[in-house]
Amino acid sequence: MCSMSQEKIIKTTTNVDSLRSEIRDKSVRVIDVRREDDYKQSHIPTAVNLPLANLLSDDSPERVLKLVNSMGIDDETPVVVYDDTFGALASRVAWTLEYVGHSEVSLLETTFSTWKSLGLENDNQVPNIQSKEHSLRLRPEILATSDYLEKSKDNSDVILIDNRERLNYLEQHIPGAINLPYRTLATQDKILRPKDDMKRLLDNRRISGDSEIITYCGSVGTLSGLAYYALKSVGLPNVKLYVRSFKEWKGLEKPVVKQQDAHYWDLSAE
Amino acid sequence: MTVTDLKQSYSDSPKPKINWARIEEAENFANTVKLFRQGKYDEDSFRRYRLQHGAYGTRMTNDYAMVRIKLPAGEIYPNQIEKISQLSEQFSIGSAHFSTRENIQLHWVILEDVSEILRGLAEVGLTSREACGNSVRNVMCSPLSGVCPDEEFDSTPYALATARFFLRNPMSQNLPRKFKFNFTCCEKHGMVRMVDVGLIPQTRELDGSIQKGFKIFLGGGLGNRSFVGHQLEEFTPEEDLLYTSIAVLRIFDRLGDRKNMARNRMRYLVNDMGWDKFQNLVLKERAIVRATQSIVTNLEVDHTPSVIKRPIKISDESGSPNPDGYTRWLKTNTLKQKQSPYHSVFITLEAGDITSNQLSELATIIREFSSEGHARAGFVQNIALRYVHEDDLPRLYSKLLTVGLAKSGALTMAAPIGCSGTTSCNLALTNSHRLAKEIQRKFLELKLDQDDDLRDSSIKISGCPNSCGQHGIATIGFFGGGGRVGKEMFPNYQMSLGGRSDGETMLGVTCHRIPAKRVIPVILKIIELFKQNKKSNDTLKDWIHRIVNGKEDSEIKSVIDMRKALDSLTIPPTKEDDPDFYNDFGSDSSYHTKTGKGECAA
Repeated sequence: MCSMSQEKIIKTTTNVDSLRSEIRDKSVRVIDVRREDDYKQSHIPTAVNLPLANLLSDDSPERVLKLVNSMGIDDETPVVVYDDTFGALASRVAWTLEYVGHSEVSLLETTFSTWKSLGLENDNQVPNIQSKEHSLRLRPEILATSDYLEKSKDNSDVILIDNRERLNYLEQHIPGAINLPYRTLATQDKILRPKDDMKRLLDNRRISGDSEIITYCGSVGTLSGLAYYALKSVGLPNVKLYVRSFKEWKGLEKPVVKQQDAHYWDLSAE
Repeated sequence: MTVTDLKQSYSDSPKPKINWARIEEAENFANTVKLFRQGKYDEDSFRRYRLQHGAYGTRMTNDYAMVRIKLPAGEIYPNQIEKISQLSEQFSIGSAHFSTRENIQLHWVILEDVSEILRGLAEVGLTSREACGNSVRNVMCSPLSGVCPDEEFDSTPYALATARFFLRNPMSQNLPRKFKFNFTCCEKHGMVRMVDVGLIPQTRELDGSIQKGFKIFLGGGLGNRSFVGHQLEEFTPEEDLLYTSIAVLRIFDRLGDRKNMARNRMRYLVNDMGWDKFQNLVLKERAIVRATQSIVTNLEVDHTPSVIKRPIKISDESGSPNPDGYTRWLKTNTLKQKQSPYHSVFITLEAGDITSNQLSELATIIREFSSEGHARAGFVQNIALRYVHEDDLPRLYSKLLTVGLAKSGALTMAAPIGCSGTTSCNLALTNSHRLAKEIQRKFLELKLDQDDDLRDSSIKISGCPNSCGQHGIATIGFFGGGGRVGKEMFPNYQMSLGGRSDGETMLGVTCHRIPAKRVIPVILKIIELFKQNKKSNDTLKDWIHRIVNGKEDSEIKSVIDMRKALDSLTIPPTKEDDPDFYNDFGSDSSYHTKTGKGECAA
């Protein structure tokens, strides 16, 4: 008999074809995180709507659990999340579900626009959902707070990744952070690069092995949420999201560094 | 059905004919960076290796590189532009930069990501190999070659063949210094007398048939010290093109100064030796090359004519037939080709910068409007779209307008050159890049692009004496440095007048030092003086040409007169009166000069 792998295979994204069959089998809960108006116009069949702004208005575990229950998700329900913002908003929602203890969550491999441009099913029906009971098992090991970050960032085993665009990073970033702009994570039509591609890119940057990795971005952990899943997609075991990100860091007047003596902004055609 | 099956395809749009890339170079680069980081590769060897692969250093840091992508003969295809758009967004600053030598540069790239860029480039047949370092740099060709009404024949196939011959050729891997070829279309469009080897196509009648050949100029170049090139001989037949090129490279390789980095371009060798001696040496060497090549070496010149096919209109005829600004744009950005009813359309970019979004729009625009299906990089940080049908021009203008690429003045003085300056270059003393943008904005605001008297003049700015901004061949040229009042420093420019790169090529004559914040008022003052003193049918270029050659008889007779007329504008105010005077463009803190090590010589 072949032995089972010790590690659970983590599914980061769900491809279009699998999602379609899971929808047909009614074995999945699909979450659309776009704004309510967009959702009402059209969405992937059976999807429920959880606009990111709604989640962020209060993302305390208790509230999140209520939302999860109201979407008919129990501990065993596979969930697929999608957006129209290259996967960043979906990632933030998916990460939040993980944080309260839901493990069966993945991202649709593509955006809703691409889904539609492929001519795939969509409708404007709002499904009738029966509420369920999800348990609360917080996973603090995937969250980084500012206090935590401040204590651990100088640790040689910790890699801190800034996922904002290059110019913003050059202008100011958390000391010790390296820059992996969110655009680097995707391909033209998928929200994440193929695994081998991603792995090679991260290896070049020496982002590998058992290091603890913390990602952050500008304000609410969306771009860095996508990075969280990018890192997980290649099997990196210890990734945390600094969910309040640079906005909080600056607000707390913690130290930042800047690339000095160069007028890089003037090279931009924006 | 999978996602990729349904990806939009443009299968009928032309694809590049030549693959310049080698995918294994990306892999090697990644491994070499790893070894370097592990300390298994010394600094000097790594730097040489990096430069040979087209990755240049960045201002005040070892963590970033600039990747210089070569566009041999300036040719670039839509799929290549799309790829560069993606790469600029993923690995650079979301913008790309068109250089003055038909390269596209991606700046502020993390050294560890360079190999990913090389990989992406290889997917579309592009390379950055030998774009830096002591090698044969990108082979340039006039953006009008093939369509210029004044040319004898199209030199593009020869430029491509030359690029192909020398790329990765062992002969050009370890030259004393960089080496540059420029092909052009005609005397007027120039740029052949300020480069190591400059070539103008020409023909002659021999035994009743027309023979193709070139006028070849050697030993010119812009830099800390600039020189004008010399014509090798009356006529160099096309069969001798390669032999001549090899002969010149061999002489340079053998006799060029490998010790003194500041004086090792070929122009110094020519200057030290004297032209007659050098000329003689080249002719002898060529005879040896011709006689000793063990096999007949030919340039693989591909004369297959490009397919000219007017794209089928995809979008409908919406919008007004003569949108706002169309006439102005038509006048200042387009040229009639020798092939009627086609036009070449020039897109001017602020100091060569273009966003990744604009690049991706541009790819679509090329497919929809250029009947040759690709674009050409120009001589002045710009892009030429050729073979645009006359009837499509208004529609093209509207399209360019929607993506911010319809700035007028592309073919006028209102499109200044600015090297990258302190935005990324280790050697820069001033922010020449931003200054060029400021001048362009001011010129367009004042509608100076529409002034026929200014049309053939140029403004070119370098951030240091090293001439990447080609200030030496500008009607009004500037190079950056620091000025001082007591303990306070301010950004300052040395201004030269009367430079040109056409049939009467000459280097600009030094005129005055102009503080950065006074450059625009000074240029406007020169224009004002010209207007007061011009003769009928005079252009600014002609007027300045007479002044620098002592042939002007009005109020401003010489460079010294000009200097006096501008004096009052150059006096530094006190810091209390005008603190902004002491800051460079793009900076709100006090100016100070700061430079790192240059890598033009590896």
